[in-house]
Order: sequence, then structure tokens, then C-alpha cells
Amino acid sequence: MTSITTSRYTAQMRMAELIETNYNLLLLFPRFGLELGVGENSIAEQCMRQGVSPDLFVMICNIYTFADYMPTPAELEQLDVEQLLGYLSRSHKYYIESRIKPIEQQLKTITGHCSPTHNVVLQRFFSEYEQEVIHHFTYEEDTVFPYIRMLMACNKMQAEYDIDTFKNNHSNIDDKLSDLKYILVKHLRGIGIADQTTELLFQIYSLEEDLNKHTFIEDVILIPLVQHLEKRIYEHQ
Amino acid sequence: MSTNKRIVIIEPYAMIAQGLRLMIDEIKGYEVSAIIADGHYIERIVPLHPDIIIINPSLIDIKKKGELEDISQRVPNAIMAALVYQYVDPEVLRYFKTTIEISDSREKIAVKLRQMIETNDQPAESSELSDREKEILVAVAKGLTNKSIAEQYHLSIHTVITHRKNLTRKTGIKSVSGLTVYAILNNLIDIKDVE
Repeated sequence: MTSITTSRYTAQMRMAELIETNYNLLLLFPRFGLELGVGENSIAEQCMRQGVSPDLFVMICNIYTFADYMPTPAELEQLDVEQLLGYLSRSHKYYIESRIKPIEQQLKTITGHCSPTHNVVLQRFFSEYEQEVIHHFTYEEDTVFPYIRMLMACNKMQAEYDIDTFKNNHSNIDDKLSDLKYILVKHLRGIGIADQTTELLFQIYSLEEDLNKHTFIEDVILIPLVQHLEKRIYEHQ
Repeated sequence: MSTNKRIVIIEPYAMIAQGLRLMIDEIKGYEVSAIIADGHYIERIVPLHPDIIIINPSLIDIKKKGELEDISQRVPNAIMAALVYQYVDPEVLRYFKTTIEISDSREKIAVKLRQMIETNDQPAESSELSDREKEILVAVAKGLTNKSIAEQYHLSIHTVITHRKNLTRKTGIKSVSGLTVYAILNNLIDIKDVE
């Protein structure tokens, strides 16, 4: 459990050392397009080499590791919004293709051992969850992100939309995943393949934690950044 | 794994939060897992799985109704204590199991924490669903609204909502689809009834 601490990651730290402190951060590499084989490189060197903003990478690593971490307004100010949007988009794709699809496959293997009815019900439940997530991400990709890009490009407010609309509708997509966890742990009996079920549960717990951080990033980095941008434009108009 | 009760402190001022933490550290059986200093704390509490949340109620936006309900839904097992040193609306205080005052001694805090845990453990009711709860579950799975469930069973909407909260607490399942899966797995309903 991470307790309050004054230690935070900085871009001067070695990349290999960072991974050693929290191996879960490895899950961020594909989303940033970062490669391994980091040698003795510092985080800054490794990021620059691969076209990633070290500030953004370090901030996100801090969010993933320290429960009480909150970026300061000054840190937010310096962020590259386009890099952030790119990271979020790649994360969306990563969640669907690299996390949710494999979970769906694992679940299929397990429900294959259930009665036909239970098999159908469980698979249908998961596909509802998947659709919900896809819908949530698609809205961000098709409505929210283009709006932000438009704001940056033409420095103009759009009357029909603002980030508060998104903020107020930023829906919660974690209920069904958490439900599935309880169904597997407490309620699905007698399928006798503990190995696969355990493996699946690890994947679900890990995805759940990761998605929590993702929502947190959107709520404490993305939304405040855009609010700031809107305010600046509004004052200049 | 330690069996200490995990406490999260949500308090904007570092001096107060750290002071409280130091006092709690000296009380056996408890540990402070995190101090959260700002708003936006709900998402951060959930993964910490605290047993006790000590929160400064002035951080809770009273106008934003449902924030406290939201915490108790997202972290159903946590007991809530209010950390009080300013005026707090008594309406808000009703939601808390106890209040910790800034003038409390370490001993007094220890007693309050212990009492909270004990009174919370008392109603160690079974997690089996009652017959009424099973009926409500089936109705929910069939897609009935709280209003029509209330009418059908001659209950107040408030009672229906209480039953639904208990269903979620006992099964761990929040979504209607998830409750439907539960009902089918337990043969409370036939798959044809929900198609």
C-alpha cells in the first residue's frame, strides 16, 4: 500500500530503476510506444529518444504508483495536450484489444464448462460490458477529443459544447467489471477449473485498477487542462 | 498481511492530517494507508479498500446530493467518521458513525475507533438473501422499475431502494445485468423470462 510520501518519480531517474520500483508501470510502455532495452538511460533520455514527452510519462507513472499524488497546476500548464490525447487514444485501443478481448477469450473457456444456459448468460453479460466500454471510448474519440483539438487549433469557443458537458456525463464504466469479479469469486460454483478462473480474475483485477487510473487521468489532467484552455480563450474573445 | 484496520484520512490541511496520523500510528491495530488532501477523493479511496474513512465533512459538497451515498456504495465496507473542527451542518453529520473532534486525546480517539468497529460488526447478518429480497431481485432482473416493484408488492419506494441496496451489499453486484446473471445462476429466474 502506498502511503503518503514526499518521494516522487522524476525524469532524471533511470528507466530501469523505475520499472524495478513498480513493475506495473511496464503496462504503460506499449501505450506510450516506448520500447525496452533501456540500458542505463534516464527516463528523460529514453522518452526523448522515442518522441515521448518525459513530463507526461513521469506524471502518469506518479499517478499509477502514488495513491496520494496530484499534479500541480504548474505541472499541468506545461503539458503537451496533443501528447496527452495521443496517449489516451492509444490507451483506449490497448484496453479493448490487449485487455478486454483476451479476458473475453478466457471467460469463454471457463463458461464452456458451464451449462449451456449459464454459458450464454455469462458471455452475453460480458459482451454488454464490452459494448459499454467501446461506446464510452468512442464518444471521447469522436466528440471530446476533436473538440479539444478544435479549441487548440482555432482558439475559438464552440457554442454547442464545452468540457463541462463531458465532465457531467463522464460515465462510470466499472460496475459490470466489478460485478463479474463477484460472480466469479462468490457465485459461480462447481466448474472445477480453478487455474483458469484464478488467472482470469488476476486479469480482471488488474484491468479494473488500470481503468480506475485512466478515469482519474481524464478527470484530474484532461478536464482541468481543457477548462483552463476554455477560460483563456473566453477571456480573449 | 497485516490485520490492522486500514484508515484513509481525507483532510485538506497537512498539519491536521499528519497530526491525526501520528496519533493513530500510536494506537494498536490501526494503520493510515493514505492521506488525501483534496477533492476528487472518491476514485482514490476505492482501490485502497479502507476499513475506516475519516473525512472532513467540509469537503463534501452538500449541494451535490448523493456524494455520501456514492462513497458508501463504492466502498460499502468502510465505516465513515467525520473529522470536525469547523461548523458542520447536522444534516451532514447524520451520515457518520462517529465524529472525531480536534480536541480529542489519543485515548479518546482509540475508544471511538474501537466503538465504531464493534457496533459495525454487531449486525453480522447472513449474506443469504431473504425471501423478500429474492422476489425483489427477480423483479429487478425482469426489468421492472422501482416504482412498479413498489406497487406490485405494496411497498414504499424507499423500502424497495433499501432492498436493492441490501441485494448489492450481499451479492457484491451492482448492475441490473449482473443481478440478472446472479438470478439465473441461482435458478431464481428462467432465462426466457428476461429475453
